[in-house]
Formats: sequence, C-alpha cells, structure tokens
Amino acid sequence: MKNPSEANRPGWFGPFGGCFVPETLIEPLRALETAYDAARRDPKFHAELRHELATFVGRPTPLTFAGRLSAALGLRVWLKREDLTHTGAHKINNTVGQVLLARRMGKRRVIAETGAGQHGVATAAAAARAGLPCVVYMGTEDMARQAPNVARMRMMGATVAAVDAGSRTLKDATSEALRAWSADSRETFYVLGSALGPHPYPTMVRDFQTVIGVEARAQILKEEKRLPREIIACVGGGSNAMGIFTAFLKDKAVALTGVEAGGTGPGPGRHAARFAGGYPGVLHGTYTYLLQDKDGQVLPTHSISAGLDYPAVGPEHAELRRMGRARYVQASDKDALAAAHELCRLEGILPALESAHAIAYLIKEKKRFKKNGLIMVNLSGRGDKDLGTLCP
Amino acid sequence: MSVSLARALHGRRAFGRAGFVPFLVAGDPSYAASLRAARALIAAGADILEVGVPFSDPVADGPVIQAAGQRALAKGMTLKKAAGFVNDLRRGGVTVPVVLFTYLNPILRMGTKHFARLCGRSGVSAVLIVDLPIEESTATEGVLARAGVELVPLASPTTTDERLSRIGRAFGTAVYYVSREGVTGVRKGLAPGLAKRIAHVKKLTGKPLMVGFGVAEPSQARALAPYADGVVVGSALVLAGASGAGDVSRLAKRLVKALEI
Repeated sequence: MKNPSEANRPGWFGPFGGCFVPETLIEPLRALETAYDAARRDPKFHAELRHELATFVGRPTPLTFAGRLSAALGLRVWLKREDLTHTGAHKINNTVGQVLLARRMGKRRVIAETGAGQHGVATAAAAARAGLPCVVYMGTEDMARQAPNVARMRMMGATVAAVDAGSRTLKDATSEALRAWSADSRETFYVLGSALGPHPYPTMVRDFQTVIGVEARAQILKEEKRLPREIIACVGGGSNAMGIFTAFLKDKAVALTGVEAGGTGPGPGRHAARFAGGYPGVLHGTYTYLLQDKDGQVLPTHSISAGLDYPAVGPEHAELRRMGRARYVQASDKDALAAAHELCRLEGILPALESAHAIAYLIKEKKRFKKNGLIMVNLSGRGDKDLGTLCP
Repeated sequence: MSVSLARALHGRRAFGRAGFVPFLVAGDPSYAASLRAARALIAAGADILEVGVPFSDPVADGPVIQAAGQRALAKGMTLKKAAGFVNDLRRGGVTVPVVLFTYLNPILRMGTKHFARLCGRSGVSAVLIVDLPIEESTATEGVLARAGVELVPLASPTTTDERLSRIGRAFGTAVYYVSREGVTGVRKGLAPGLAKRIAHVKKLTGKPLMVGFGVAEPSQARALAPYADGVVVGSALVLAGASGAGDVSRLAKRLVKALEI
C-alpha cells in the first residue's frame, strides 16, 4: 500500500526523491528495485523477516509509560522503545531486511555508511549472522566521537574504512560508500542506512522501519483505547521518524512532528536544520531539502549527535512537510544534552543523543501541548555510545 | 559557435588519429594556472576540452579529482566562474568545442534556464551532468538546446542494451563512455574486453564515443585509439598540472602522439 505522500511514479514523493546517480549505478539500482519488488510480494520473505525480527532483533519493542516525565510536564507521555532492540537502535530493523535481500540476490559482501555508528553496528551484526563480509565507511571525525561503536563493528568482523575527506562525517562516508558500490556492484550489496539516497532506498528503508509504527499503534490503542494527539521523532535522514509516522499518516487527528538538529545556532555550519536553513537540491541521488550555499555547494553541518549530522533530509519528509501532514522543528545541542540527563534522572532510561532531541523538544515546548495530552515519542536508540559526550 | 562534438571527433579521425579530449578542473590550482594549462592543452592538439566544475560532494570522482575540486573550491571557483573561464578561453581565440563537466546541484541552484543562457553566452559547446540520468534529462536538454548547447549522454559498463539504444535515440551528437566501473582516476591497463564493448556501445547508440575514466598512460591511449573516437584523459593531467603548465604540455604531446593510428 502506498503512503499518501507517494507519487504515482515509483521513487517520487511529490516533487521530491528520484534517482540522480552516475550512469554506472543506474543498472545496480534497477536490479535492486526489481529484487525488492519481488521480495515484498513474497510471503516467504516476510515470514523470514518476521522471524528474524522476533528472534534476533527482539521485537516487538515495548511502549513504556513515562510516569515521572509525564507528571513533570503535565502530559501523558509514552516512549516507543527502539533503544531496546538488539544493537541498541531502530537501525537493525532495516539492516536485517536488507541483508536478507542481499542473500536473496546472491551478493557476496555488503557495505554500508555510518554516522553515529549505529547503522554500521547493525549492518555488521546482520552481516555476521548471514556470514557475509562487511565493510563500513565512517568519517574519521565520527570514529573519534563514537569509538565504542567502531570497536563493536570490528568485533563483529566488519572492516571499518576510515574516510578522511571533506567534513569527515556521514556525508563523506556516504559518498565513499557510493563510490565503492559503483566499483563493484555485481558482487556487492549496499546497505544504505536511512530513508535517503536514490530510489529505491527511501521507499525500501521506510518499509523496513514501518514495523515501529505498526506496533506502536496497536500498543497505544491497547493501553489508552485511543490514538495519541502527537507523535515526536528526531530526524537525521529520517528513517526512525518515517518508521513511526507511516502507520499514522491516515489518522489525520494525530499530529506528526520531526525534530532536526538545531546545533549551536542558526548560522551556516552550526546546525543540521535542513527545513530551517535549506533549499531543495540534489545530494547522494535524491532531490530534497539540502543545506547548501548560493552556488549550490553543500554546506558543512554540525550536531552534537553524529546521527543527525547530515546536510539532506529524506525526500518523503520534504513531501510530508509540503503537504502539511508533518511539521519539523529544531532542538539545540544544549537542550538535547539536558534532555538526555533528564530522562535518565526521571525514568532510568539513557537515550541516544539523537533521540534526546525529540525529548528536548517535548520538554522545551511543553506549553504548546494540551494539558494531559497524549504524546508518543520514538526513542530511536540508547545512549551508551554517547557516554563520553554526556559525562566528559 | 564551435562545431558539434561529433564533427570534431570525425574530423580528427579523417586526419588519422583518435580525438584527444583532455580534462582539467577550472580553478585548480588557481584560476590563472588552470587557464595556462587549458591553453597548453589546446596548443598540444586537444580536439575537445573538458572543463570540470568543482563540487563539494563528487560521488563519481576518485581522490585526484576530488582533491583538485577541493583546491578549486578553496580558491572560490563556482559554476558561474567556470562559465567565465570558458568565455576567457574563447576570447583568447580557442575554437575547439568546450564541454562543462559538472554535477547537477550547482545547476539546480542557479536555475536551469539561467544556466543555459550563461552557457550560450560564454561559448560553452556542451554540458555533461554526471548525476543526471537520461530519464530526468528531457527538460534540461530542451532548455540547453534552445541556447545552442549540447547535453552529453553517458553510458557505462553496466548499461543494458535496451538502455544503450535509448541513450542513442535520446539526444546529443556524441556519447561519453565510462570505460570502467567505479570512479575517475589513474589506473594501470585497460578494462578487459573494452575494445569489444566499445564497438558494441557504438553500434547500439549509433554515435561516436568519447571514452574516459582511468586512461592515464600514453600506452593506454595507444591501445584505445583504434576503437574510441575520442580518448578522455583526466586525473593524469590533473596530477601533472600540480607542477605547472610545462608538465601538462609535455604529457599532452605524448598522448597526442600515442593516439595516432
């Protein structure tokens, strides 16, 4: 079934999306699209995926009532606990799906890009389980600030390829992964980590993440006998947000809010708020909101959370915003740090700095919400990897 | 206005050698130095000149051209200034076709119509947009054509036969053939089966081919000359450019000699 944000042309979300890649990658992307179309129609593939999600990933993840946070804010807040998945973030939902697809396609190895390292670890784990060699491209700046994840990937047998070009973060790691894929697309499967990049990735990654919202919708109806007024999720590329939003897109009364990285302020290079400071353009194969200068060069970004530190946003988010179905706001580095500490103190839950942006928005804007309003936050990952930043 | 790419390539073949299509990045290592290098390449016998527009995130380029782009960006090179660069070459009497080799985003930011007019005004003969597949090219091609500028279609080792025929029918007088999978860069030897593949691509597209990606040595150029209508040399010349226009000129002359059939 299609989201209301999808155009009739595959890979397009209104004017956003598409497949803007060098000619060498056109055919590998076509082959991937064909293989994925066949897999999504195949009950055997779904059964296999469900089994992996239940027995390896640890799904369904709980929906937790945040009692003390709710009391402090005068709201009713439920947390969707993607932090409790195997490897500690929603990323594994997607990598398990893509690695199953890689095996179906007979690929000999997988590659991935990573920012915070969560997607890298999730790919390494799925690849180890499938017995496939894995190379993860990671910027050297991110390797320094997410060192525990580098160690985890290596323990799982993955090779971490250091990317020292450009800003040495997710953007450059993604460019390098695309280059590596175009050099060996016959044998290699590229496990892209967010609802981004050229078609079919934005659609495929969203589909693999949709399980989050499907579970959450059933869980909140069971617990509260009603739908939430608002759902909040952080948005880097935007896969955890698409994952929880999709099941609620047709529930018009449910407000959807994405929180981008406001960084240290509105100046160029100080944030990753694509909807606040960006302009539509093409990066890494997709037409979407992009932080760029007046000459069309991509701007550097900053966020305290490596996973949100990327200059483009998933194209479906651009369309949801254009349609007015979702709204996008920002939370600063400082507020995200404070929110992570607050959630630890009040609920005994250590969120990833990415997910802490969603909590930060909730805390900062508590007056916006109706008293005792029912709110759901997608807690996309856990913060063990961020201890160095949280408790320096 | 200069001749079409096809005519420049055919004309050269009539004189007994494959076309020499050198590539440089506008503004690398500086505006003046790249202008000197371009003139040296023309003087050495370039039949078509490819001028690279630097982009912050060049996914189709290897380390040499990535670094050249970074140097040019640091010196303030932009799409607009690259068009000005071509204009300067024209005013200096350069008549061979000049192709702008660019990524899509700078064009989108400028606006395609504005870009096409700028190309027309600056003497740009053709534009090659690395990350614009033929499926999305129609509007851009039309706008460029109205300004008298060709859009160059790309083909690669992974392009299917059905698509090669479509590329041949789509637009342009010549096709740019990416001879190897992966990115631009200096490599040893030629891809296995390249001669056969070139013949196949020429047959299906029905257009002359400029063959690039990975050609560095005069020996490689010599091996390609009997099959390719034009041979693109990029990274090797960019590397030579680091030590000045003299080295560019010497390498270019050896390449031109090697392209004689």
